[in-house]
Amino acid sequence: MATFLLELVSPEKLLLSRQVEMTTLPAIEGEMGVLAGHAPMIVALKGGVIRVRENGAETEKLFVAGGFAEVSPERVTVLADEATPLPQLSRATSERKLAEAEAALATVAATDAPEKRDAALVRVLSAKAAVDAAEAA
Amino acid sequence: MASLKDLRGRINSVKSTRKITQAMKMVAAAKLRRAQAQAEAARPYAERMEKILASLGSAVANMPGAPRMLVGTGGDKVHLLVVVTADRGLAGPFNTQVGRLARARVRALEAEGKQVKILTVGRKGAAFLKREFASRVVAEVSYATKKRVGFEDAEAVALTIAEMLDQGGFDVCSLLYNRFRNVISQIPTEQRLIPAPLPEGNVTAAAGPQAQYEYEPTEEEILATLLPRNLAIQLYRAILESSAGEHGARMTAMDNATRNAGEMINKLTLNYNRTRQANITKELIEIISGAEAV
Repeated sequence: MATFLLELVSPEKLLLSRQVEMTTLPAIEGEMGVLAGHAPMIVALKGGVIRVRENGAETEKLFVAGGFAEVSPERVTVLADEATPLPQLSRATSERKLAEAEAALATVAATDAPEKRDAALVRVLSAKAAVDAAEAA
Repeated sequence: MASLKDLRGRINSVKSTRKITQAMKMVAAAKLRRAQAQAEAARPYAERMEKILASLGSAVANMPGAPRMLVGTGGDKVHLLVVVTADRGLAGPFNTQVGRLARARVRALEAEGKQVKILTVGRKGAAFLKREFASRVVAEVSYATKKRVGFEDAEAVALTIAEMLDQGGFDVCSLLYNRFRNVISQIPTEQRLIPAPLPEGNVTAAAGPQAQYEYEPTEEEILATLLPRNLAIQLYRAILESSAGEHGARMTAMDNATRNAGEMINKLTLNYNRTRQANITKELIEIISGAEAV
């Protein structure tokens, strides 16, 4: 099967860079599977799990807390805000983060800047996704 | 002339100084390796981000209502300088050279009749600039208590800057930091953050026939989240480069100090031995002439 180069980078390191067959990205407007030869596009990601398929089997699952992906026919670059391989995602820490995010949302809601509230809401949703992913793993 | 006891004391004190500088050099070398690895690890993200931003930014920059973070407020009255220095001294000219660059910039801008605001990252720069420009310093950030500076720290600073921009706190924002060229040379550099520097027009033309991207969601929405991230990543990169540079500078400074201490010890030892010999000769002469007199 045709392969393409998948690169997954977070601000702190390069997590993945190799030829894969397919990847599933948690795009903002719904999950999106990418195969080799995909039309070029730039998508924003929400908190969710990136799945990687190689040699006919799912080999890797990573949780990302949001970010962007640049898709071109022979290469996919994911710029993740924060990426953790699922086995290393701890339920306790993600639940703590969720609690923090919810607290932050509660304080922001009082003020009236809609962008701020949106940003806090996005953080809560992404933390929720982390908890779900940790539970499933 | 100093007595033998004084000289012995001085030799000992210089010897312990040398021990300390040697240890500091070793610590700086170990930290430098770590800081360099961290800076290296951050590079791929920054590079990819730049690429996406270049293709996206040039498409949106000419539209009306483009985000402020990309095109600025259109004004040029108020400048915000973000000055990145170390939290600790004893690193040779490392902190002062950024401080001096910042001071020159502030003076030049104020001479043009512009208003200047300063945001310092790192204690040393804050101390240096406050002496002269205390009224211009709007915020200070310090990582002195942190073992390791993470991306979220840079993000917090970026958020402060973004908020200031929203409230119309400044028109132009630049970043002043020590660029890490190699272990012995750090170059104080100024980099513009807002409005975001875009590649020149001819680059866009060259990229034109290449892939036309689809965007999901719209270009504006992506840009609205991408730009603050880009700001954070630029800051993060500067902080990491500066921290690698700090350890490099300290290593060089401590290496010099160790060498100087060694030279000092040699000189003092020579002096000590000469004095000792002179004392012995003097005593001998006294004994001999005493014996002759009898």
